[in-house]
Amino acid sequence: MGTNVSLEEQFQAFVDAENKVEAKNWMPEKYRKTLIRQISQHAHSEVIGMQPEANWITRAPSLRAKLILLAKVQDEAGHGLYLYSAAETLGESRDKMIADLQSGKAKYSSIFNYPTPSWADMGTIGWLVDGAAIQNQVMLTRTSYGPYARAMVKICKEESFHQRQGYEVVMKLAQGTPEQKAMAQESLNRWWWPSLMMFGPSDDNSPNSEQSMKWKIKRKSNDTLRQEFIDKTVPQAEYLGLTIPDPDLKWNEERGSYDFGEINWDEFYNVIKGNGPCNKERIANHVKAHEEGAWVREAATAFAKKQAARKTESSAA
Amino acid sequence: MSTAHWKLWEVFLRSKNGLSHKHVGSLHAPDADMALKNARDVYTRRSEGISIWVVPSEAITASAPDEKDPLFTPSDDKVYRHPTFYDIPDDVEHM
Repeated sequence: MGTNVSLEEQFQAFVDAENKVEAKNWMPEKYRKTLIRQISQHAHSEVIGMQPEANWITRAPSLRAKLILLAKVQDEAGHGLYLYSAAETLGESRDKMIADLQSGKAKYSSIFNYPTPSWADMGTIGWLVDGAAIQNQVMLTRTSYGPYARAMVKICKEESFHQRQGYEVVMKLAQGTPEQKAMAQESLNRWWWPSLMMFGPSDDNSPNSEQSMKWKIKRKSNDTLRQEFIDKTVPQAEYLGLTIPDPDLKWNEERGSYDFGEINWDEFYNVIKGNGPCNKERIANHVKAHEEGAWVREAATAFAKKQAARKTESSAA
Repeated sequence: MSTAHWKLWEVFLRSKNGLSHKHVGSLHAPDADMALKNARDVYTRRSEGISIWVVPSEAITASAPDEKDPLFTPSDDKVYRHPTFYDIPDDVEHM
């Protein structure tokens, strides 16, 4: 054996060679901690994200629309589970993750702190919010941590239905009556900029980005993902005759991309800090559901005990 | 009421007969039957499988990654276990 290569250096070489890290591999403590934080916050986002859309389940305009919305919200719960499972492989307990979410210690995606006052929002969210999530999640299918990458593959398969059903809703409205088209436009006006903020601040303002890229947790920069999303989405809006609320949006032939206006980062930081329109409501609802659902967990535990007792009885008999 | 005592179960799905069960994730449940029912709800929404196995995570014994070399290198230099090691003339068919 030649020079003494540290464990950290070996790990970096392992990652540099595009090897995937699995649960029992040695990893730097910081790698483990940052992944626990990122994966659990991703899971929290899925579960909290159920709320803005669940808002319209009782008022969906048709049975078909109701079935679809129910299926989508159900999927988000499932996505939360895949991600909590992935986080648990790193040694974090589910109880702790839930406690951190409910106490406000853990964060979730800022986009879910906005309200959904119109049916059109059901379409816009699927189109833009899930669209932005897809951009990020496709990138994450190549993340260095195996369980996280595999969860992303599964989620991406399901996420494309989410975006298509959303776009279909917006399309129906945009191709409908003048009032319906106006509703679609009004919704787009409210969701466009928050959707761009989903990709996070520019990487020079994003403290975790550099190390994340080095460890190949993150494969593309926030700005790259944001630009890719804009370039894909502008033609989709144009197809519907809807106007993106950015007067500075302009095709740049030289770059082969759209130039766009300044993002209001004050709004982003304010919402992350807890001052968004729905932050308190989102957590209060989560706590309420958890507490009001305690009887289900108790019943399941009691049923398991009963079944076990029955088994012992019948084998003793 | 805490569910901290609910076991963690690993979930495996066979997508169709003829194929093996594949690991798809995990979930918490108070017993095997509920683990199975929950696995059906959360891992087969799109007809991903026709058979589910749930196994308590604690029942799985795994080889340690840092024992990879002593465990597996003995196989690496036994090239003669592979068909390509043998030189059979092209004129000889069906081999």
